[in-house]
Amino acid sequence: MTTVKETLISPIFRNNPIALQILGICSALAVTSSLQVTVVMCIALTLVTAFSNLFISMIRAQIPGSIRIIVQMTIIASLVIVVDQVLKAVAYEISKQLSVFVGLIITNCIVMGRAEAFAMKNPPVPSFIDGIGNGLGYSAVLLSVAFVRELFGSGKLFGMEVLPLVTEGGWYNPNGLLLLPPSAFFLIGGFIWILRSFDKKQVEAPDFRMAKHTAAEEGA
Amino acid sequence: MSKNDGISKTLLVAFALCIVCSVVVSTAAVLLKPAQEANKTLDRKRNILAAAGMLEEGASIEEQFAQIQTRVVDLRTGRFTDDVDPASYEPVKAAKDPSRSSNLTQEEDIAGIGRREDYALVYLAESASGELDKVILPVRGYGLWSTLYGFIALEADANTVAGLGFYEHGETPGLGGEVDNPRWKAQWPGKEVYRDGEVEIALAKGSVDSSSPDAPWRVDGLSGATLTSRGVTQLVHFWLGEQGYAAFLNNLKAGEA
Repeated sequence: MTTVKETLISPIFRNNPIALQILGICSALAVTSSLQVTVVMCIALTLVTAFSNLFISMIRAQIPGSIRIIVQMTIIASLVIVVDQVLKAVAYEISKQLSVFVGLIITNCIVMGRAEAFAMKNPPVPSFIDGIGNGLGYSAVLLSVAFVRELFGSGKLFGMEVLPLVTEGGWYNPNGLLLLPPSAFFLIGGFIWILRSFDKKQVEAPDFRMAKHTAAEEGA
Repeated sequence: MSKNDGISKTLLVAFALCIVCSVVVSTAAVLLKPAQEANKTLDRKRNILAAAGMLEEGASIEEQFAQIQTRVVDLRTGRFTDDVDPASYEPVKAAKDPSRSSNLTQEEDIAGIGRREDYALVYLAESASGELDKVILPVRGYGLWSTLYGFIALEADANTVAGLGFYEHGETPGLGGEVDNPRWKAQWPGKEVYRDGEVEIALAKGSVDSSSPDAPWRVDGLSGATLTSRGVTQLVHFWLGEQGYAAFLNNLKAGEA
């Protein structure tokens, strides 16, 4: 049995859902062009993961195996709708920017993955903490990606000007690529690279080895 | 686990779960509905004020909106009408209803909206002395990826632009999304719409040459966003043209609306 602290901390670096498990990349590309939106998305995802883990774990002894995925989806979907409704009521501007991505938390592999892998086998409290931990792991990657994208893509942090742009009379010429979704791939790739060069255990064993180059024999 | 796999247990769990979840979801939806509606209305008012260049940050939007009158215009006749209630009327929804909208032929539909509603909401801003100061018109049209929804504000002469702003679109951030750039939007006020009765205002290719005779009718194109730029030109042409508000604006100028 692992300790509470370990359940909470290990998904952030050692067992990061995005960097090691490569889950939930879709929203990581879409919502990271500004920090403010990213923060809201991270909070929403963390809450959904934590509470869906909690509720699924609470009824895990009652869930029939044949419909367990649908049961998990129903709980997750209900939570996401509630989060979406709350956002529309209290943070209208941001909910407009997040648009479909809050709804897409339903299909975020992290939420489903943790429900299936952890909450179905563990008691409610550790499951809840596991949800928080994985949410934080997701947040750590998203926030660092969003930090780079917003700072170098539009010269701002949280909408506040940091690097004055050329178009507004400053000196910084923004890198437009960073505002487009593919840039998040490069940044997440870089993040994984850095993480794995510090923590060699995360490096996967190669599936195959390249055969040595051999020159074709004469007349073969 | 096997004890859970009977048919009756499966149905029971599925049924109970659906009941609980639907109660939770509907409670949230019902409780939060008033706050969401208020947000939507406030957001629309804010955008109307912003398009007209009348928005003051910090001040209450409701108070600022008090000087603006909402009226309904029959686009077929170009006159004010009381046929529909402006408070509950939703033009975009009405455009989808064949009984409350007109079909557009391919040549007419330059903005790519399919159908046009018969009644439109217009917003009239009055100066302190009660004279018409600005008229704010909702516009929409297809850009590259999405329909752009916005407002264009005209001065009382119904020809000079007072401002333009979009409140909803899905264009590429940094390229077509630059329709939100305050520096680009700042070019619109002062531009003229009509030349010899035809809608002339358009986005230029690249930046506007200020020495050109067309300059009063030209706004800088959005770099890297040819299709969004074309979409903006087309939607302005559509809504300020014959299918849109042209008849109403003429009546308004003549004092016959």
